[in-house]
Amino acid sequence: MLEVKDIVKQYAKHRALDHVSFSIKKGSIFGLLGPNGAGKTSLIRIINQITAPDQGEILFNGEPLGEKHISRIGYLPEERGLYKKMLIGEQMLYLAQLKGLSKPYATERIKDWFEKMEMQTWWNKKVEDLSKGMQQKVQFVATVIHEPELIILDEPFSGFDPVNVDIIKNEIINLNKKGSTIIFSTHRMESVEELCDSIVLINKSKKILDGKVSEIKNAYRNNQYLIKYTTSEHQLENQEGNHLFKVLSMENHDHETKATIEISDKHSINEVLTYLISQQFQIQELIEIIPSIHDIFIKQVKETY
Amino acid sequence: MKKIFLIIKREYLSRVKKKSFLVVTFLVPLLFLGMWGGVIALSIQDTSSKSTINVIDQSGIIFNDLKNSGSIYFKEATKPAAEEKKNLQENENQYLLIIPENILEKQSLELLSSQKASVFIQGEISAQVENLLRKIQLENVGIDIQTLESIQPNIKITSLEITEAGEQESNAGIAMGIGMFSSIMIYLTLFIYGAQVMRGVIEEKNNRIVEIIISSVKPFQLMLGKIIGIGLVGLTQFLLWIVLSGTLFTVGGLILADQMPNNFSQEELSDLSSSVSSSAAFTQQDNILSDVQGTMANIDFSYLITCFLIFFIGGYLLYSALFAAVGSAVDNETETQQFMLPITMPLLFTYIMSFGVLVKDPHGPLAFWLSMIPFTSPIAMMVRVPFGVPLWELSLSIILLIGGFVFTTWVASRIYRVGILMYGKKASYKELIKWFNYRK
Repeated sequence: MLEVKDIVKQYAKHRALDHVSFSIKKGSIFGLLGPNGAGKTSLIRIINQITAPDQGEILFNGEPLGEKHISRIGYLPEERGLYKKMLIGEQMLYLAQLKGLSKPYATERIKDWFEKMEMQTWWNKKVEDLSKGMQQKVQFVATVIHEPELIILDEPFSGFDPVNVDIIKNEIINLNKKGSTIIFSTHRMESVEELCDSIVLINKSKKILDGKVSEIKNAYRNNQYLIKYTTSEHQLENQEGNHLFKVLSMENHDHETKATIEISDKHSINEVLTYLISQQFQIQELIEIIPSIHDIFIKQVKETY
Repeated sequence: MKKIFLIIKREYLSRVKKKSFLVVTFLVPLLFLGMWGGVIALSIQDTSSKSTINVIDQSGIIFNDLKNSGSIYFKEATKPAAEEKKNLQENENQYLLIIPENILEKQSLELLSSQKASVFIQGEISAQVENLLRKIQLENVGIDIQTLESIQPNIKITSLEITEAGEQESNAGIAMGIGMFSSIMIYLTLFIYGAQVMRGVIEEKNNRIVEIIISSVKPFQLMLGKIIGIGLVGLTQFLLWIVLSGTLFTVGGLILADQMPNNFSQEELSDLSSSVSSSAAFTQQDNILSDVQGTMANIDFSYLITCFLIFFIGGYLLYSALFAAVGSAVDNETETQQFMLPITMPLLFTYIMSFGVLVKDPHGPLAFWLSMIPFTSPIAMMVRVPFGVPLWELSLSIILLIGGFVFTTWVASRIYRVGILMYGKKASYKELIKWFNYRK
């Protein structure tokens, strides 16, 4: 749906984006990750046509980005803000109309959203009369009010309490189900794991990795497993001639022991299981440790420093 | 295009609906009316409270010929000076005039009182004494005062202006007054509305809404919409002021005219008029008054107001663009200082000039050039207009002004589009030039 092709963005002394390319499938929830200063915001601004790239182009459904795409994109910037003294209903109308909605249609949509988010009484309130969390809710609605095909959210959860985080999360999932493509820029890796189909990781203006979340995690699997077994005189560690696996860590409790093991090359988990059973281990639990996006992120960023 | 209208509408409505707008709209004409009425009331007051001048005439030649007027009553002092002085401190409106023996040589009088003697009283006394002394000196030389007055010509200049409508009575003084007033009005309003543009830009930067808006419209559209919207607020205010002032003055004038005759009895009126006409200090002003009335009737207010509106709009568009650029470069109002001075210098310079050179020599070279350069013409031209400006000069000035604001809008928009997304950068002129040169 969106193709980022070889984007370069140079500010006077600093290159913000260095030949960055990736693509986003229609209908996916896409994570835009990277440390602070990596170039994420520059990229987002280019997609929103707030600034233009020095080289490269962006294709929206196959067409180069143009004015007609403005009404099809919704943007929630990281630094939130609204006109403080303007009434909420009025302000939403204003923003919706700027995005191209007609006044009557916008009014209807706003009313629907207000009902959905339990904001009906806020219509005639001034923005400055609301708490920060409420203001953010308003801002979120303003972002999606015009039913954009592409929704760009920069740190959408910051400033929300857990209850509201949930509400927003559900709204994002709903919008995605209805067909919107969502770009998600955040530092909160748990939400990435939960929500994203694909991600791209940018560091120091370059793309480090991209692809489907499941595939990436697969690629970073290093055959580590967590085993829980009943504590007995058998110890995992002191195995003579054990070439099947390495014990990375152990946790001894009264009734159970937890151990992290890494299976050696060319051996499979089945072999390990067979071996353990033969050694009379009472296995309670066995799960693979798949690296979290959080860990992958840190690993990758460290490597490129 | 339609989006600019949306922006204009919002900028306009959000300001016009404010309570402060309504207050100012009604307050200013009322203030003017109040001032006008107050001045009249005070001057009526002044002439109806009498002052008693106790005179110690050591020369013996003045007192008997001093004439009382409506507000001054001359009384011969009966007690010695020291006691009279004590009397002064106990009573209001009591003065002690000491005329020395050798008044003809010394030519100075002492006027004592417990309060500051009004200029009017001083003038009245000195005028009368002067006249008396002159009479005495002439008599000493052998000239009869009657004969003298009959041969003293009294020239009165009726200045007529040759305009397209034929000869019309004019008065340079009035033109000066209007010129200076227009200069003040343009100067103030340019600043007030220009500052509103700047403040609006800074507000949008501070509350970060600007980023959302420019994901919907181009920065240029936002800047222009803001400028036009606020400009319309200014125009609305002017129109309301004109309409309100017009109604208030007509109504006020009618009420006052009604009240006037009742305040004065026949006696007081004739006293007033005789004192006014006989007082030497007033003869001059009488002529001026009638001139003023004649000229006022001939002033083409609609022409003046049209010119005012044209130059206000032109000057506003020119300067508000610059104000918008400054607003985009800073994070809060205090940082605007370093930019404000150079931008406002031309205006300030012209403003100050309008109270000196411009009104004294409205057709001279300085006035001409200042009224052509777009940065100074809004003020300079408005000062010149009451004196009459040829059509070709007006047209040229307007065309240059249009070119001026197109230019500043272009420059400003290039700075604005970068500035509104920049935070924390210490804005300097070097920075601004960098921003100007950014490719999109």
